[in-house]
This record gives sequence, C-alpha cells and structure tokens, in this order.
Amino acid sequence: MKITPDVAPSVSALDRPNSYIGRSVPRPNLARLTQGRAQYVSDITLPRMAHVVFVRSPHAHARISNIETTAAKQAEGVIAVVTGAELAKVMTPWVGVLTHLKGIKSAPQYPIAVERACWQGEAVCAVVARTRALAEDACELIEVTYEQLTPVTDAETALDPATQVIHPDLGDNLTFERKHEAGAPDQGFAQADAIVETTFRFGRHTGVTNEPRATVADWNPGEQRLTVYQGTQAPHMMQNLFAKHLGLEEHQVRVLTKDVGGSFGIKVHTYADEMATVALAKLLRRPIKFVADRLESFVTDIHARDHRVKAKIGVTRDGTITAFEIDDLTGIGPYSVYPRTSGIEANQVVNLVGGPYLCPNYRARARVVFQNKNVMCQYRAVGHPIATSVTEGLVELAAAQIGMDPLELRRRNLIPDDAYPATGASGIKFEALSHHACLAHIDSMMNYAGLRAEQARLRERSVRRGIGFASFIEVTNPSAAFYGVGGARIAAQDGATVRLDATGALFCATGVTEQGQGTEAVIAQCVATAFGVPLERVRVLTGDTDNVPYGGGTWASRAAGIGGEAAWQAGKSLRANVLTAAASILQADPSKLDISNGVIVDADSGRERIGLDEVARIVYFRPDTLPPGFQAEMVATRHYVPRGYPFAFTNGIQASYLEVDTDTGFIKLLKHWCVEDCGTVINPQLVDEQIRGGIVQGIGAALFEHCVYDERGQLLNGTMADYLVPMAPEMPDIEVSHVVTPTADSELGAKGAGEAGTAGASGAIMNAVNDALRPLGAAPITEIPMTPDVVLRALNKI
Amino acid sequence: MTDRVRVALTVNGERVDAEVEPRQNLVDFLREELQLTGSHVGCEHGVCGACTVRVDGTIVRGCLMLAVQCDGASVESIEGLSDSGDIADLQAAFCERNALQCGFCTPGVLLTAQELLMRSDGAPSRDQIREHLSGNYCRCTGYQAIVDAIEAVALARQGPAR
Amino acid sequence: MKPAPFAYAKARSLDHAVTLLDGAPDARVLAGGQSLVPALNMRLSTPSLLVDINGLPELGEVSRRDGHIEIGALVRHAQAERSAAVAQLAPLLARAIPHIAHPAIRNRGTIGGSIALADPAAELPACLLALRAEIEVTGRAGARTVPADDFFKGLFETALGPGDVLSAIRVPVPRSDARFGFAELARRHGDYALVGLAAAATADGGRLADVRLAFFGVGDRPTRTRRAEAALEAGDRDAAVAALQHDLSPHTDVHASAATRRHLAGVLLRRVAAQLDSPI
Repeated sequence: MKITPDVAPSVSALDRPNSYIGRSVPRPNLARLTQGRAQYVSDITLPRMAHVVFVRSPHAHARISNIETTAAKQAEGVIAVVTGAELAKVMTPWVGVLTHLKGIKSAPQYPIAVERACWQGEAVCAVVARTRALAEDACELIEVTYEQLTPVTDAETALDPATQVIHPDLGDNLTFERKHEAGAPDQGFAQADAIVETTFRFGRHTGVTNEPRATVADWNPGEQRLTVYQGTQAPHMMQNLFAKHLGLEEHQVRVLTKDVGGSFGIKVHTYADEMATVALAKLLRRPIKFVADRLESFVTDIHARDHRVKAKIGVTRDGTITAFEIDDLTGIGPYSVYPRTSGIEANQVVNLVGGPYLCPNYRARARVVFQNKNVMCQYRAVGHPIATSVTEGLVELAAAQIGMDPLELRRRNLIPDDAYPATGASGIKFEALSHHACLAHIDSMMNYAGLRAEQARLRERSVRRGIGFASFIEVTNPSAAFYGVGGARIAAQDGATVRLDATGALFCATGVTEQGQGTEAVIAQCVATAFGVPLERVRVLTGDTDNVPYGGGTWASRAAGIGGEAAWQAGKSLRANVLTAAASILQADPSKLDISNGVIVDADSGRERIGLDEVARIVYFRPDTLPPGFQAEMVATRHYVPRGYPFAFTNGIQASYLEVDTDTGFIKLLKHWCVEDCGTVINPQLVDEQIRGGIVQGIGAALFEHCVYDERGQLLNGTMADYLVPMAPEMPDIEVSHVVTPTADSELGAKGAGEAGTAGASGAIMNAVNDALRPLGAAPITEIPMTPDVVLRALNKI
Repeated sequence: MTDRVRVALTVNGERVDAEVEPRQNLVDFLREELQLTGSHVGCEHGVCGACTVRVDGTIVRGCLMLAVQCDGASVESIEGLSDSGDIADLQAAFCERNALQCGFCTPGVLLTAQELLMRSDGAPSRDQIREHLSGNYCRCTGYQAIVDAIEAVALARQGPAR
Repeated sequence: MKPAPFAYAKARSLDHAVTLLDGAPDARVLAGGQSLVPALNMRLSTPSLLVDINGLPELGEVSRRDGHIEIGALVRHAQAERSAAVAQLAPLLARAIPHIAHPAIRNRGTIGGSIALADPAAELPACLLALRAEIEVTGRAGARTVPADDFFKGLFETALGPGDVLSAIRVPVPRSDARFGFAELARRHGDYALVGLAAAATADGGRLADVRLAFFGVGDRPTRTRRAEAALEAGDRDAAVAALQHDLSPHTDVHASAATRRHLAGVLLRRVAAQLDSPI
C-alpha cells in the first residue's frame, strides 16, 4: 500500500461547500510530534519539582506490621518519606462501585496501602526526593516488616468456603454477579441437532502504553489551587475526583492534558499512586512528579480480560442457531477500580454474547471475583473481545459440526439488514446495523472462494492454512446509561465552544481529548465544515478543565460521534451568528448568505461579499458602525448527548488468513481484513488507522500477550523481554473497508470506531487456527494466547 | 554519591560541557540536563526503541549508553535531525500517511528509518523495512502505515520512476 | 529504574583495564553495555566500579592469522555483520549475528560481550562451541587461551575470573569440506531463542564426520549433544532426534514448557541436518 492522496468529495452528504467530512486530511498536530517537540507529561518540569518513588509490596497479600523510615529520611536529596497512614490524613479513600451494577461491592482503597498490601506491586510507602535516582536509592533504605497472608489467586476457588476472604467485611470474594435469561434457552437446546459445549480461556493482559503513566501535581497554597498535568482520557472526571478526595471545591482544581503517549483505556482510570502523587503535592506544597517505570507499569497499570467462559451453542441441521449459553468467571484484583468499577467488563460480556444474531434464546451468568493480583478494569474494547471470541468461536465450531461453511451459517443467522430497529437477546437496542452488507463485502474483498481453493491446494502439500471470521458489534457513543445512571460523575454529554478571532480564524475548545487517534483533526474538520473555513484556519484546544466546556473526554469511542457533533452544532451556531452580523454590515438578508472558504458569499451564486477578517475587524474594533441595538456574538457553545439510544452500536466483520507450522506450533499471519460500519466517516484515514491499531492489539492478545501469575500471586513476566507485545515483522498487512449506515441520533451521523479492531481480531485468528488444524483431527483450541505450547498440545505433539 | 565526571561532547552540532554522574544514561542526560525531550523513555531495558538517538553516526539506545561514554562523541537527537532537514521527506510522508498516532515512538522510528534508508543499496522491501523496525515498539499504528510511509520515501529517494 | 551509584574509569590499555579490575573485586567491564546496562537499571547488578574498555581500538579488529580468523572482543555485532572477512571465514557467525536483537543494539553490542555474558539463549556461545573456537582472556597473569569446550561452565558462568577481560576470539578458517548449519526459533524477530542450534561438520563422502551440534536456549549454557552427533555421523536422523531425550534437559519458563523445547530441538535438528548435507 502506498500513500494515497486525500480526495475531496464533490458532493457532501451533509450539503456543505468545501466539506471536510469524509476527507483524509492530515492531522494538524503532527508536525510537533515528528519533530520531537511534543509535550508529554513525562516531559514536564516545574520549578522546585520533586520526584516520588514508591516502595512496593513484594508480596501478593501481607499485613504491614512496621515501616522503618529513619535511614531513608536522612538519605541524600530526600525531601519526605510518607506512609499510607500519614497520607490518609490528606486524602480520603474510595470505593469502586456503581448503583446500576446491582449488588456490586468493594472495599475502600487508599492512595498508599495502610494496613495491608493486597497485590504484588501495591505501593506501601512514598519517598520524595530531588531526583528519581536519589528517591530510588532512599527506597532501598526503607525496611518494611510484612506478615504474609494467604494470597487468593485462583478465580475458580475464590468463592469456596475454605478460601481466604480478602476483605472479611465484605463477607466473601464476590465483587459482582449478573444473571440474564431471555427467550427459552432450554427449549432451544432441546431443539438443536448439534450442540457445541466448550470452555474458553482468555489470558490476562495489559495495555503497555509506550509512554508510561505520568502525573505532575502542583498545589499552590497562595492561590489555593491544584494543577495536575496528567495523561488522562477524562480530565473533568479527574478534576472531580481530586477535589472530592482532597476536600477541595472542583473549581480549585485544574487538570491539564497535552500530549499523551498512548492510552487505550489504561489512562482513564484512577490509580492509587497517581492519587498519592496529588496528595503529596498538597502535603508538601511543591510540584511532585510521578512517572511509572516499565517494571512498575506491569504490576500497576490495569490488567484486563482474565476470563474463563463455559459456553454452549445449539444449532439445527439446516443451520439455525437455537440457543446461546455462557458462564463467565473473571478474577480481578483486590479492589474494584474507581470510579468505573471492575464489573463493567463482565457486564459487557453478558450484554454482547450472541449480539449479531437473531437467536432469541440466551442464558448468561457472569461472576467477578477478587484476587490478590494487580487490579483489572476497562481496556480498549471492554468485554467485546471476550464476547466476540466466544460467540464467533461457537459459531464456527457449530458450523464445522454440521458441515456448513462458516460464512453460510452466519448468513442464515445474522440479523437481517432491514430488520431494524431491533433488540438483542441481552436487551441491547440496535438502531440500524449492516451485518449482511459487511459480510458480502468481505467475501468479495478477500476473494474468499479463491482463498479456500488455495487452502485446499496447499493442504495437499501439508501446508496448513486457515481462514477464520468474526462478526462483531461495538458499543460507541455511550449515553448516561453506561456510567451516569450508576451515580458516577462521568459526563455522557460533551461540549464545544467555537470563537471567531479578530483576524477571522476560528478557535475551538472541546471537552473530548486526544491520545493520538486524531481527535484534534476530527473536531477541526467538523468545525471547518459546519462554519465554512479552510481547515488551517481552525485551532483546537483539548484537555484543559479551565478552558474547555464540561465534557466526558475520550473513551468508549465517543470522541467523533459525540464530541464531533457538539463541534458541528457549535460551528453551525457560530455561522448563524456571523451571518447575522455580516447581514447587518451588508444590509442583506442573512438567510441569503453563506460562508465558504473563509469568505461571506451569496448563498445561491457564490459571489464573494465580505471577508471574515473584515467582519471580525468591524465587530471587534468598529462596533460603532453597526446598527444600534445590535450586539454581535462571535462565540457559540453547543453541547450534545445521544438521546435516542443508550449506545450507538456499530458492526463489522473481520477475517484472518494464516499458516500454522505444525512442526513448531508457530503461527504466521498472512493477511487480515475488516469491513466495518461506523456510520458517517469523518476522516477515512484516521478511522482505518484506528482499526489497524486495534486489530494489532487483538493480535497481541491472540498470540503473544499474557500476564502470567504463579499461585503465590507473583507476576512472572513483568518486563518487556518476557511480556511479548506485537512488533513489526510478525504483523500482517490489514485491509480495511466500510459500509456506511449513519445514525439518525445526530446530524453528522457518525458513530465511533476506535475499538472495533480489537473487538474482533482475536476471535477471527482463533477461528483461523482451528480451521487450519481441523483436518488433522486436532482438538479445537479455545484459549488465548495461542503459544507454541498450546498449538503443539492441540496437535498431540507434546 | 560517586564523583561526577567531566564530559565534552557535541549535541546536534552544539558543543556541550557538563559534569555528569556516571550512572546517568544518555537519554536522561539529553532530557534532564539539556531539556531535549524529543527522545523518550519507554522501558529502560533497551527493548522499546523510544530512546533511539544517534551517536557518532549510528543509532543506539539512549537508555543503554551512559552519558560519560559520550565524551568526545557527536550525539544527534530528533530535534537535530529535524532542524537539519535530513529527514524532512520522512516526516512529511509520516504526516501524510498518518504513520504516527500518539507520537511517542515516532522519533525513534524516524531515526531508525533514516539509518535503514542511508545504509540500503536500493529501496528495501516491505519485509526488510519490517525487519529493520523489529526493535521499535509502536502500540498505536499496528506498523502498516509506518511501513507504507518508509516504503514511499525509499522509492522516492531512488529518483524518478524508471 | 535508575542504577545504584557506581564509579567510572575509562581504560587506556588492556593492562590498565586489568589493573583497574584488580583494584575493585566487584567491578564490571563495560563494553557494548547492551546487557549490562539493563541489569544496572533494574539494580540486578550493583558494581562499585565500571571499567570502560571502549577506548581500546586494538580490540576492535577483524584479522586473519595462523589459519584462524581473529575477532577482537570489541568488534560490534553490526561491524561483524558487514565484514566480508567474517562472511567468508566464519560463515556460521555471519548466519547467526542477524538474529541478535535489533539494529540499534547490534550497533553497540560486542562479540566479546556476548561471549563473556554467556546467556544460555544467546547465539554466539553456541556458535563458538560448534566451531571449536578459542577464547583469548587477558588477566593479571597476562593472556591465555581457553578452548570453547572449556569456557562455558554454568548459568552465566564462564572461565572468566573477576580480574579478567575477554580480549579476542579465534575461529579456525573453514576447510573446503566444511559444513555449517544454523536455525533458531524465536516468537519475534530478535528475541532470545526458545531453542536454537548452531552446527558444524565435515563432509566425508556421502556422510558427515566430526559433527558438532551446539543447542542454545535449552539448558543453563550452550549444550553439545554427543549421542545425537554420533547418530548423524551414522546417517540416522531419526536416531539423532531420539537421542535428544537423553542429551538435553530443557527447562520450563513462561515462554515454553520443557516438553515444547525438547520437541522444537528435534525439529531444528532435522532442519539443520538438511543444511549440513548441502555445501556452504
């Protein structure tokens, strides 16, 4: 693939001249990133800034009997040594529960552990020093006396009466349980001609953001204001939490987020060590910087996707799916993460299994249990990879059992494209999806028939190639149904303020944030199109709670659909204001004017009437020339929240083509395809790149990534040498295409796309591996990552 | 604390005299002492490549070299390569193809790509580009756009199409 | 992850390096630093002194001498990778080096450093075993030569003592009937191998003689497999693979089980045996 130039559409679906909607324009903020002139939090230095390093528990579960800090306090460069008990006086603990997850429970978590360390890596003491190196030196002088307790590390036995209860006050190790039943599943299984019952296992893994978590907190006692530089996805959420737990008013807290070196959900959560950093800044009255090093990251960045799913599908001989059933068990950490809770991932699994299909018969149970391991919470495509791998794994196993082509089985069961609006068996509401159109498209795009022929030819030479698919749905543009209804102060709405500057350029402040997906560009494209200026005339500000409208930030693929719509509406609104002002200057009818390419024009003829810079000059500097009683407003703010549906579901299908070396158990990925429908595509290149990046994260889960714990709760592979992330030589080229079904819930019609790649990739690859090995009579592989160990065992070679 | 050592080196063409702790690595020296924050720290075990800089003309891991080892050396970081214009075509291609998202790995990738292109006889293939990037971790792009951009520049540097 | 403090001294000569090492029993030699510095960063190694030998150009030469190719300890992997002499006179090394880590690491990492560290999953120690190489060590008592067969003693343990500097390696120039084979299996390009095999032999009519199979990644050090070698010399590949049951005691770790490693060793043996059957 080469670099293909951006092509301007001749007709814009949204009927604006010189529209940027649907154009692959380059992002305006890339120059500073390619020049090494970005500003990541890890780059920030403030006057008198000190560094914090945490002493971390080497034990998964231990009482902290004593912490000897005298020697450390006297070490060179040390400013303070602070224990959990001391910091608890500055910052209150938190509990990660929400009311809409019925019965969810968790224990209070402190910024630094007070009485007990509950996972290997939990911070038990803080050392603040002039440099990171000196703080680390001083940490070695701290003696912590631990009384080891029995660690709970097996999710399967976490609820047995004989197992230690991590938080005795809670009664047991159950965080959350959800049951769901729809239709008549028992009848469905009874009607089936074939039943596939199996157990899926998903390896716990983590985000490994290139820039580790970093926070610089600065408490100014003179102003009584706290400024926190943090690579967070949700600055307003953090502003609220810092204020709440430090006993401040929200307006005393400013959160600033500039460049973020990758997040994918890792940086949307509340971390004890980052909260501690903020508390230390207040306690010590000087800026404090915390940058997790890579070894710390592995034991403290949220882990995700540690699930064991017993699953069952019933299917008739003629290919009708009659029932789905799952029993999901997931072992999190000792605390439900705050404030989004660690119950959401399992909740999503229950919501999403079976989602693309008509089958109304569904039974599900999900249990979330505490473990003495690192905490677990939402990571890109929350729950979707589990649900999709289970659903699509069952579908292809069922297809194999009845001797039907896997795409054909899907054709007979995917919800028809004209059957919307529809409700899924789990209760999820679909506005309009395009499963069949996507399937037809991928079939031709990958030349499925040709690949099957090639596969057959090569099989005769004992070359084992596999083709696997995964149909998927994706949750995007969440309404308050996701968090707000549960009592979380997490904004579902978002806002944009657009202002005409004195030279006729536009400035837009938005509540959504940028971590590299291209938010700044997408917002600028919406504003530039809605208003009528060239893209270069729009400057976008994100990530500053003092200066942007109150919003939710970027997560759950909401930035384009929700943030973009707010920016679109604000752009339209400002355009109306400017046309009113221009009309009063020109003595014309505003409804006969338009703004095109930065100039006020006659709407029908396109004749240029007056420049924006001229309108700005008059409005700002010569208002004496405007008609009396007329006040121009060159600023407009609009907010948007989806109201029609709790979530804007998107859909798609992925395919994997690979080769298994049956001698070594190594898997070579040959090619990958994705056809996706995210509604109106604002910037095709950015959407495709989100999908590619997401697919590669899914590949990581399928083949490489696994946080391996032993029975004592020790993470065995917490380094970049032992935890394997996807690197370039092993990755395939990925072809992406789209079907477009806009949502009617907004004018732009854009849904989200950030997580679709990750949702389907691991399922498609697992299916492809099984497709390759099935002719050999190998036992189906239903666990990931699919390491050589796993493949060789399935082939009975070891 | 151990005695500081005097070093004199050139950084992006500029003479720098400093007294450094032996244990300070090169990328920390650039970032903390010279405020050249374009080179990034991702792992400190030499695996991720975010700290890649050039010393005496070849790319190295800035986290695996000590500042004291650079006495008398010529060090170039992304800021220097950027300002000299040496990688302008790579930077432009990366922007056009969106071969970066968060940008954290990008300086390391650009320096690595530049070395590949300068050392290659003719334009490297996509597989060769991928292999040369085996030590540069990118979590955002999935690598394809990066390969596309480098491939395009490699071909363009060969001259007009034959 | 910042290292614990240490002092630093730059050696002006090999003798000076030895003297400096003598003065501090826990001192470490700094050559490429590509393995040492991560260990320092993680505080797995806390020497009081680093002796930098990068300023000794005499250790950075590749030369031919007395029927051997001599590679100075300070020769960078990248330098060896591009060396025509290495390609011609030590083709097994030339085949192995591109598997070492990544370009930026190979620009600094040294041949000597890799041998001295003796990571059990590293390529070069196994190559030296297969090639009957000699390792030159310079210490208090001057220079001595250690055959590769006697050099690798245990997990990260070699014939190097605390005051020693590995100064060069010598590999016999191959005869016209020499055969080489190399293969490794790694999850990702540049990773330490799950299992690897460096092999040398002599073509003898239609058979192989003097087979030397050196596995890496399957024990605490590069491992010769004598019974498998004998079986290959007898022309029986199946017996050679079966012999690995006895010859190898692989370990289990997060990347692969012992059973997988043993199985993969057998796979590599067949692949490398096929290479040995073809002329260079």
